[in-house]
Amino acid sequence: MAVVIDRALAPPSPSRPRTSSGQRAAHDHPLWFLIPALAVLTVFFVLPTVFNFVYAFTDWSSFKSSISFAGLENFRSLLSNGSLADALVVTMVYAALVAVFQNLFGLVLALLLERDTAVNRAVRVAFFVPVVMSALAVGYIFQALLKPEGALNQILGFLAGRTVEIAWLGSTTWTIVVVALVHAWKWMGLSMLIYLAGLKTINSEVIEAARIDGAGWWKTFLAIRFPLLAPAITFNVATALLGSMNGFDIVQATTAGGPGGSTELLNIWVFRTFGQGLFAQATTMSLVLFVAVTVLAFPVIRTLRRREDVL
Amino acid sequence: MNRFARLQPVAAVATALVLLGIPFWLVLVTAAKDQAQALNPTLALPERWQLLENLQAVFTDGRMLAALGGSLLVMVPSVLGVLILGSMASWILARRSSRWLAAVYALAISGIVLPPAVVTIVLLLRQLGLAGTATGMVGVYMGMYLSTVIFFVTGFVRTIPLELEEAARVDGASPWRVFARIILPLLRPVLATATILICLYIWNDVFYALFVIGGRIDTLPLNLYQVASSGLYLQNWHLVFAYIILMSLPLLLTFVVAQRRIISGITSGAVK
Repeated sequence: MAVVIDRALAPPSPSRPRTSSGQRAAHDHPLWFLIPALAVLTVFFVLPTVFNFVYAFTDWSSFKSSISFAGLENFRSLLSNGSLADALVVTMVYAALVAVFQNLFGLVLALLLERDTAVNRAVRVAFFVPVVMSALAVGYIFQALLKPEGALNQILGFLAGRTVEIAWLGSTTWTIVVVALVHAWKWMGLSMLIYLAGLKTINSEVIEAARIDGAGWWKTFLAIRFPLLAPAITFNVATALLGSMNGFDIVQATTAGGPGGSTELLNIWVFRTFGQGLFAQATTMSLVLFVAVTVLAFPVIRTLRRREDVL
Repeated sequence: MNRFARLQPVAAVATALVLLGIPFWLVLVTAAKDQAQALNPTLALPERWQLLENLQAVFTDGRMLAALGGSLLVMVPSVLGVLILGSMASWILARRSSRWLAAVYALAISGIVLPPAVVTIVLLLRQLGLAGTATGMVGVYMGMYLSTVIFFVTGFVRTIPLELEEAARVDGASPWRVFARIILPLLRPVLATATILICLYIWNDVFYALFVIGGRIDTLPLNLYQVASSGLYLQNWHLVFAYIILMSLPLLLTFVVAQRRIISGITSGAVK
């Protein structure tokens, strides 16, 4: 808001004569400044991505010394043995669960810790500690916590007054939910901060007006504050989706893809298959991830860029 | 409202104790137990506190110093590289406009969203003779995080008045001099934010490191992965957690010192 107003009030910058602007730009802001960054991006980002589209159609593996064209063979075998569909579905379900949990926890924490008191400031900082920690370390902590004879069952047993031995990481149906909760636990501090920043931008007079009109806390939240949080929600959902689609560390440290492959994300599949020397198949699955993210990402980028224009 | 105001601090602290206190307590007490007692990690207090002994054991037997060196070896050049190259490119991308440059900008920031082609990166590094080297890893990290820097810095440069550059240019300063003396110092806040974010990513990265330098160069997360997944250590929760405490300390200390800056930096990118 403030930026938009500032810009509107600022005097228009003197426009340069059109004729020499190209030459002046070339002299003042030479294009060779772009070259080092573009060189690194081309070699280490663009080229491997292009290779991805090439080597997915070869028989590259550690068992053969030569690489030859194999057409759609990799896709055919990955489709027929079901691993492509499995890994893709697991990744999508995981991403959706993480997006929901991470935003729910982040929003509830932001609302709980909204007032600017000393206690709240300290608690906010504490919730940011998992964000700073290594995701692999977080995974190992929860692997220990969620063991059948581990600490969580110990607590539940104490509360229930009998022995509890739930295998949190041993269910082919529910473990993916548990692991998504762990992922959300690690990142909820970040979502919380972004929601807090979003809540702060809401004009307090609007809230005050609603209150005078007799709206309670819940009604004010649903009718006014939640809709005004839209930019924060967009950002949080986008980052949660992208982060979990590219997920590896937390799942590798808690279940390593198990039980029975029910939490095997695309990246875990790629890592395992690469380790077995089946490089072409790993490349194919990496390409699947690339395409899946691209299909989801374009709307996301468009939203981000639209917001950039507003600021 | 009044009742909420009185109960809120209690609720806040209770939430933190349950959600954060339990996992962190588990880490602390387990890291202080002996092997027999840590076999099944519970919340019980250790019979005898041997936290320091365990930390020492991990530090000396776990090749931690070498891993710390490896982490710094790949992180420092990557971060310096993306900051300098990214700022140079962003200055031009922010100041000049053409359809061609708009396409370059879109390509340059696409890495924020698009995942790196991790398998073919390995192939490419082999062809370049950089497989398993720190140089290769630095190149891969730079390729991944240049987009973040370019996105943040280009937006920031656009807010710097062109008049500041013009004044120096009238005095006959070359583009390089204008960039180094005028632009770069003004970028300090946004570069600080980018530094924090990228250090966080690289320091904690294990996925890309496993592909590129796994087994050749140790970093802290790679070493943790080996310590935790090798059969020798499989049930040694006291050592795994001692390792986690030690490896988290540098980031936690940085976080405590620069907490305000980190939090405002990270949120400034998202919502304004």
